[in-house]
Amino acid sequence: MKPRLVVIGNGMAGMRTIEELLSAAPDKYDITVFGAEPYGNYNRIMLSSVLCGEKNIEDIIINNRQWYLDNNITLYAGEDKAVVNIDRGKNIVYAKDGTEAKYDRLLIATGSNPVVPDIAGNDLAGVISFRQIIDVNKMLELSRSHRKAVVLGGGLLGLEAANGLAVRGMDVTVVHSNEILLNRQMDRQAATLLRNELEQRGIKFKMPARTKALLANEDKHVKGVEFEDGSILECDLFILAIGVRPNMKLAQQAGLYCERGIIVNDTLQSYDPSVYAVGECIQHRGDTFGLVAPLFEQAKVCANHLTGHGVAEYITLPTATKLKVTGINLFSVGHYLGDDECEFIQFSDLSLGIYKKLVIKDNCIVGAVLYGETTEGGWYQQLLDSKQDISARRDKLIFGEAYATQDITA
Amino acid sequence: MMSNATIQTTCPYCGVGCGVTAVIDNECFTVSGDTQHPSNFGKLCSKGSALAETVDLKSRLLQPEIYNQPANWSEALGLVADTFARTIKEHGADAVAFYVSGQLLTEDYYVANKLMKGFMGSSNIDTNSRLCMSSAVAGYKRAFGADIVPNCYEDYEQANLILLIGSNTAWCHPISYQRIRAAKEANPDLKIVVIDPRKTASCDIADLHLPIKLGSDTHLFNGLLQYLKQHQGLDNDYINHYTEGFDEALQAVASTDINTVAAACELDTTDIEQFYQWFTETDKTLSLFSQGVNQSSSGTDKVNSIINCHLATGRIGKVGAGAFSLTGQPNAMGGREVGGLATQLAAHMDYSQPESIERVARFWGSDNIATETGYSAVDLFNAIDEGKIKAVWIMATNPVVSMPDADKVKRALKKCEFVVVSDCVAQTDTLALAHVKLPALGWSEKDGTVTNSERRISRQRAIFKPAGDAKADWWIITQVARRMGYEEAFHYHSSAEIFREHAALSGFENNQQYGLRAFDISAYANISDADYEALLPTQWPVNKANPNGTQRLLTDNQFFTASGKAQFIAINPRLPANLPNDEYPLVLNTGRIRDQWHTMTRTALAVKLNQHKSEPFVEISVADAQRYQLKDKQLAQISSAWGSMVARVVITDAIQAGNIFIPMHWTEQYASRGRVGALVNPAVDPISMQPESKHTPVKIIAYEAKWYGFVLSARELKFQYPDYLVKIKGEQFYRYELAGNSLPDNISEWIKNSLLSHKTAASEWQEYNDFSQELYRAAHITDNRLDAVVFISPKQSLPERHWLTSLFIKSQLDKSERLALLTGEAPLGVEDVGQIVCSCFNVGEKTILNAIKTHGLTTHQAVGNCLKAGTNCGSCVPEIKALLELNQST
Repeated sequence: MKPRLVVIGNGMAGMRTIEELLSAAPDKYDITVFGAEPYGNYNRIMLSSVLCGEKNIEDIIINNRQWYLDNNITLYAGEDKAVVNIDRGKNIVYAKDGTEAKYDRLLIATGSNPVVPDIAGNDLAGVISFRQIIDVNKMLELSRSHRKAVVLGGGLLGLEAANGLAVRGMDVTVVHSNEILLNRQMDRQAATLLRNELEQRGIKFKMPARTKALLANEDKHVKGVEFEDGSILECDLFILAIGVRPNMKLAQQAGLYCERGIIVNDTLQSYDPSVYAVGECIQHRGDTFGLVAPLFEQAKVCANHLTGHGVAEYITLPTATKLKVTGINLFSVGHYLGDDECEFIQFSDLSLGIYKKLVIKDNCIVGAVLYGETTEGGWYQQLLDSKQDISARRDKLIFGEAYATQDITA
Repeated sequence: MMSNATIQTTCPYCGVGCGVTAVIDNECFTVSGDTQHPSNFGKLCSKGSALAETVDLKSRLLQPEIYNQPANWSEALGLVADTFARTIKEHGADAVAFYVSGQLLTEDYYVANKLMKGFMGSSNIDTNSRLCMSSAVAGYKRAFGADIVPNCYEDYEQANLILLIGSNTAWCHPISYQRIRAAKEANPDLKIVVIDPRKTASCDIADLHLPIKLGSDTHLFNGLLQYLKQHQGLDNDYINHYTEGFDEALQAVASTDINTVAAACELDTTDIEQFYQWFTETDKTLSLFSQGVNQSSSGTDKVNSIINCHLATGRIGKVGAGAFSLTGQPNAMGGREVGGLATQLAAHMDYSQPESIERVARFWGSDNIATETGYSAVDLFNAIDEGKIKAVWIMATNPVVSMPDADKVKRALKKCEFVVVSDCVAQTDTLALAHVKLPALGWSEKDGTVTNSERRISRQRAIFKPAGDAKADWWIITQVARRMGYEEAFHYHSSAEIFREHAALSGFENNQQYGLRAFDISAYANISDADYEALLPTQWPVNKANPNGTQRLLTDNQFFTASGKAQFIAINPRLPANLPNDEYPLVLNTGRIRDQWHTMTRTALAVKLNQHKSEPFVEISVADAQRYQLKDKQLAQISSAWGSMVARVVITDAIQAGNIFIPMHWTEQYASRGRVGALVNPAVDPISMQPESKHTPVKIIAYEAKWYGFVLSARELKFQYPDYLVKIKGEQFYRYELAGNSLPDNISEWIKNSLLSHKTAASEWQEYNDFSQELYRAAHITDNRLDAVVFISPKQSLPERHWLTSLFIKSQLDKSERLALLTGEAPLGVEDVGQIVCSCFNVGEKTILNAIKTHGLTTHQAVGNCLKAGTNCGSCVPEIKALLELNQST
């Protein structure tokens, strides 16, 4: 009899780990997957595209149910299949409806939960996070019958939601606590270009601003938002996009050591040697995760250990950011703001909506912000990841690989 | 503009004197070579071909100015006449001076000379021709008794050995060079020997190049004289019958042999032997010489050392043989003919014979004629500096740039009480110091005659009506003369009238009775206005005996000396006046470049002429570059005991270690620190008084600025910060090369709000900033058209300019171009043509190299067939051949 692998979480991190595992050792485990959403495995990142109408749900499905059958994976998907308890003594997990599965290896990939601000009215109808297919469906439904949306949070997710709703014809205002939009990825100049571009698309901004309370109408539906400066903005849809927190409740209950996330080592193993964890629910060397690239890397390393090869180590590399809004190209990686010890190379053609900044330290790229023209982003990231000395091609660097390398070989 | 017309005229640049056909066809003005003109038979060089681009009125002086305020002619002429009259009255005639030019027409020259010598009563009229051929004049006079250039261009085709001595003919007399090249191609027996310290473009057709030590020419020709004697090369019959002084000359060379020559000239004995052997055995030997011979403190001796060898072999006045001075300017010869030098009187008469002075006075009706020589150029400006000369009138020349010790000239003019400058352009370094500016006609408006190197008098004709208030120089001079009270002697109404008087003087008492003078154009003394208008190019003398002119002189072996015999001159070689020393260890050589003329007032207006060599540069040998730690293309400061300048380094094997070469052309109008004249020593030849412009001790050091940069701009800009600034006019743009030691903290602010303050609401900016490296680049774009680009760096290495400059003619930038702007490089996949080699067809170095590689081209003709490069004026053929060689060696 094969060892049993149970996966809690049917999202991108968990299933990528399974894909990696299947390709390396297809028959190693008996695999059982629990998912709280009633679908196969889909690409959560593409929800923005669904929201703005560029894609359908079917388009973003990565693995449909047939795939699970084809690979002899037992899939328990749906709200009542959400796992509610892990018994580490007996090596059994239990779902809400009592379904249970025994494991030899357990993989926790429970992802994250949207942060809900602690303000009055945060439970009103029309207040929606942007996380799951069900959220998108609600937003689409409301966008058809309502006019005014406020998106709380000027980060990647918030802007993608705002764009989607604007495309759907809503009057959208983004509320952001920082005076710089996308301040976790962009510097002031790039953010200004981005804001100009989005404003041209009809999106409004209120920033910096702090919300005080959400106002309700008689149907307990949101009708407006009140700010700390006393101003009020009417809305009938309020999207929460101020970030996520690792979903570690189950792990905590099971007594696994957690801080801000489930603590794992470089092999993605938790404090319990038979329990692994990947994705947004984990904390690795102090970092938590919100972008897909490191998740896939984790999946690769974790699968390597699950197969028993046990040679890979997970290292967090700076991850590049892209905004999934059609026609807007931006790229950000690494130490994009720099500090006193950094040097900066900057190029701008603001009328063309182009701005590029490279952050250099000890003759290496340590960060980059590109706006408008992002084709060289990948190359900068390579240089950054490989810590290449750029001094010989520094003058041409910002104009891209073709210019910079032509010069070197000449 | 006149209605449609075709006009035959002559080129205003070098002394070759090419005929030009100017065509006006529906507002379109074009020039081409005059196929009927015997000096060029239809060919024109790069400069001549670009003449149509220089007639723009924007840069012209179009109205008189007094103390920089516009004035009318009456006020200006009155002030000049009154001031000269008062100065003469108060301080004597020697307190005034004219400094004139080989750019003047003969008629202008004649009245200027007549006014100063005949009526103001001083001989203080000298000319920029003093700087270029007075040694040739002095040498010819010593040998032949008169300033006679015996040869003609046809001798190029007749000779079997041509020496190019101190002459980069390929660049300085391009059409003569083309003719010699063609002669060589047609005559396999024709050998060419180039005698020049530099390996110039002229060496391209040389069978032998003798890279002689600067200033050592007399050793080489003294050695040749000795060799001729030792190798039975003498024409004893000729020597005995037609010459004097041979024994003394021979005595002076008695101790020389090939080894002493090799040591003095720093040449290989085998090369010397080869040259001597060819000279000895070739009857039809033609020695062409130019500034490398003349511009020397022993220039006259150099000329005579060459002539000695021709006299010793009887090779004077013969077909295909002779000593032939190539004159630098379009009318240096005309100036010599009228006697427009302080050391001459008029019409081949000088002050040595009292009867000449009396004769000229009588002819002119003058009772106040000068009776002795005046100040020649260097002394003339010294006299201004010392306050002896208090009023000076400078015509058609730019001595603040072209004179040796040019900073002293500048200082002298600054403190001179009254400086009048006549010029056709509005801004020159000399005009900047003028109290009165007089607008003269420029080429295409002037009307009169010029004489070229082969004594050929040609008409320079007006193509356009005078621009603005500009007037002919003869008219201006005449008007001043009249206001000074000399109405009768200066009542001319046309240049033809002046020409007739000039012709009459040349024949006046010119016969056996009074003494024969070589210059005689008396056949024109009564030429009608119509015949003058239709005058065909003719070589003087033109008189009763030779009504159709004279191709060669001295064919009868009769000379213009007292004895009628030619004179050998015993030559004792002298070293240059100032020798290199510990402080100034290098020797500065100066000269022309292919595509610029003199001080660039006209040629720099023609965009394509600015592409060949765009910036003041200094050529230095590989060894010296290493020694003084200079890199190619970096800036260097060059200093002498007299002055300093900054130029871009060109490392080349064309120059010998110990020498550097800097072109003479750049002025403060185009380069803030590019006047080489400031460095040149004011030493002169004691006989010809010609300055030694080709030999000044100097030192060179890297010029280290805090920042370097360039700006390309669709419009002219005013700069505040650069110490080094060169302006280059391009096709719809100006290029500025910059370097400096201070810059504002906020460069972006300075560029956007100060330098390019003409920005508008439609302005779009592109900027590149590498803050810690202090690299800054910006582009200003309006309506998606390039207005300006700025590149600033603490390092001298900046991107190439060629591709960027090509964008100014585009009405729209495409996006790939726009995004590549601040790289300075064409978007990948777009060809960068490189440095322009062929100005006529605008073909760049990279294009030529690509074609050579791609099509496997091996000859310049093949390159010509492929790209047209080198097929018009041919001046760039040596450079194309160098590229072919370069390709072969790599």
